[in-house]
Amino acid sequence: MTTTTTTTAGGVKVVKPTVASYINDYWSRVRGGDLGGLPAILGLVVLSLIFAIARDTFISGLNFANLFNQGAIYIFIAMGLIFVLLLGEIDLSAGYTSGVCGAVVAILLTNHGWEWYTAIPVALITGMVIGFVLGFLVAKIGIPSFVVTLAAFLGFQGLLLVLLGGGTNISTRNEFFNSLNNDNLPVSWSWILTILAIVGYAGAQLNQVRSRAKRGLVTDPMGIVAMRVGGLAVLLIVATSILTQERAINPAINSLKGVPIVVPIIGFFLVLWTFVLGRTSYGRHVYAVGGNTEAARRAGIPVDRIRISVFVIGSFMASIGGIMAVSRASSVDPNTGGSNILLYSVGAAVIGGTSLFGGKGKVINAVIGGAVIAVIDNGMGLMGFSSGTKFIVTGLILLVAASVDALARRRAAATGNR
Amino acid sequence: MAATPLLELSGINKGFGPVQVLHDVSLSVYPGEVTALVGDNGAGKSTMVKCISGIYQIDSGTVTFEGNQVAIHTPSDASTLGIEVVYQDLALCDNLDVVQNMFLGREKKRGIVLDEPTMEQMAGDALASLSVRTLKSLRQLVASLSGGQRQTVAIAKAVLWNSKVVILDEPTAALGVAQTAQVLELVRRLADNGLGVVLISHNMNDVFAVSDRIAALYLGRMAAQVKTTDVTHSQVVELITAGRSGNLGLPPEKPAAELGGDVVDITPGGEK
Repeated sequence: MTTTTTTTAGGVKVVKPTVASYINDYWSRVRGGDLGGLPAILGLVVLSLIFAIARDTFISGLNFANLFNQGAIYIFIAMGLIFVLLLGEIDLSAGYTSGVCGAVVAILLTNHGWEWYTAIPVALITGMVIGFVLGFLVAKIGIPSFVVTLAAFLGFQGLLLVLLGGGTNISTRNEFFNSLNNDNLPVSWSWILTILAIVGYAGAQLNQVRSRAKRGLVTDPMGIVAMRVGGLAVLLIVATSILTQERAINPAINSLKGVPIVVPIIGFFLVLWTFVLGRTSYGRHVYAVGGNTEAARRAGIPVDRIRISVFVIGSFMASIGGIMAVSRASSVDPNTGGSNILLYSVGAAVIGGTSLFGGKGKVINAVIGGAVIAVIDNGMGLMGFSSGTKFIVTGLILLVAASVDALARRRAAATGNR
Repeated sequence: MAATPLLELSGINKGFGPVQVLHDVSLSVYPGEVTALVGDNGAGKSTMVKCISGIYQIDSGTVTFEGNQVAIHTPSDASTLGIEVVYQDLALCDNLDVVQNMFLGREKKRGIVLDEPTMEQMAGDALASLSVRTLKSLRQLVASLSGGQRQTVAIAKAVLWNSKVVILDEPTAALGVAQTAQVLELVRRLADNGLGVVLISHNMNDVFAVSDRIAALYLGRMAAQVKTTDVTHSQVVELITAGRSGNLGLPPEKPAAELGGDVVDITPGGEK
């Protein structure tokens, strides 16, 4: 691992990186303004430490599980928003789209007596139709997305009221549906999924190294690969062992242990969209359109279709967010998907490291950013701050994240990274 | 150099509404040679390139490629034939790396998954065939490259597809001295690899440094297509600015040779 061998990648002389040179490269990229999710991870650690010191209950297993259930809604919506943001567009209506889809599922379940496996797909399709309409207006008619989705924001707020008959509250009683964002996996399944996730990640990493090494291409040093896999393994095992502890205040009445059901759902979409963005030509084209629309057009990429598709994905993920919000509350009301949901979701994407200028961002940003938002919301709640203070602090942190993004871009421009 | 032209245009006319931009233009591009296309601003160089690359449709005239008459209606027709254009603004995505840019829109796939190792290897081979040694890594973001390196990537992108004709629009316009030399060397190497290269340039030094033939456009007409060794610097400048130079150029040669009296009344000075 210490010797520096030189391999040729098809004629271009490339030095095979060692662990040290890899870390050096990474550090110089960070210094050059390519921060990625680093500020958010640091923020997450610092905030968690502050809250943990201030309130013991913050680090209790019960609260830890709560964080996932609370953050899930923002995370799902933010995952979809990342696709929209990658094109430098915005979807202000994502919050109320989730509300409308949540209302659809609740009405079908409660008022029409549908089963969850028919009601949920209808809500998902509703989301995709909404996204298609938004995307069509932006891409084909040429209205700025800010205006289209601002109109939709108002419109869907109204639609939600109309659907709910002027403001009634519809509660859902479908057991499976309500369990989605409330209940936990059995302990055995928690561990099985954790191990599957670690083995899967390790397999994917090793497979990549092997297929590149076979062609004589430069690979990441094994030390770094081991650190990545080991890091994830430690993180997941610690989290799972905390979550599989009994955390009910009175276990005799109602036992509470296991990983929340919503966690593997987040994991599924994280893997799915990361794969789509990173490993398919569709994802490549999304980045290309976000980076240089004209270049993408000349390369023969159907720019309009890509633009419509990101809004479809955005609203589809918003509908999942809506379903989770309704499941969490076991009811829907005119405020579902309203108030701070949209702003928190955009905040999650941006705090996680997605650029508002387009072309830069990963799906994992939504998870990290969503975790930061959930920690602030939850931690300040525990410390007894009012909603007002919570909003002010969240607003400030969003502002800090956006400044970090803007400053990193300037830094990158200065060092020639952009 | 009696080789048959790889790409031959003859009698090309192109107008936009009432404005006739190209008049009976002919151009021959030979394999293994650099043909410099020169002309003043508004002479019709860009229009001509866009006609060849399928962005514009020609009004009349014939395009012959490898001896067969072809019709180029869309940019993809052109790239199917093996004609690639490197535009002045390069059309690269800053947020993607070198390999990703070179394969943009034509990614290699295995099933639905991108085949990154194959793409990286092909990109490396393409750069190696041009003896490019200035790139640190194929996985560098284009944003971090210098102007010359970007130009290199754009040119390598054009040769990746077994293209036969590469058209370069002002490749050195934005570059410093050292980088210009690098890019010109690259242009020469393209031709030495057997491709037909069309180099559009305003810079006479560049033109004389690498080209085998010079085609001078003057107000939408082909003033002359000559071998670089047969003309001097000042003759080319005269062709560009006045349309003729001595016995070269528009009025004395062309009408007599093939077009009859039709062109006589449009001598540069005589135009209304």
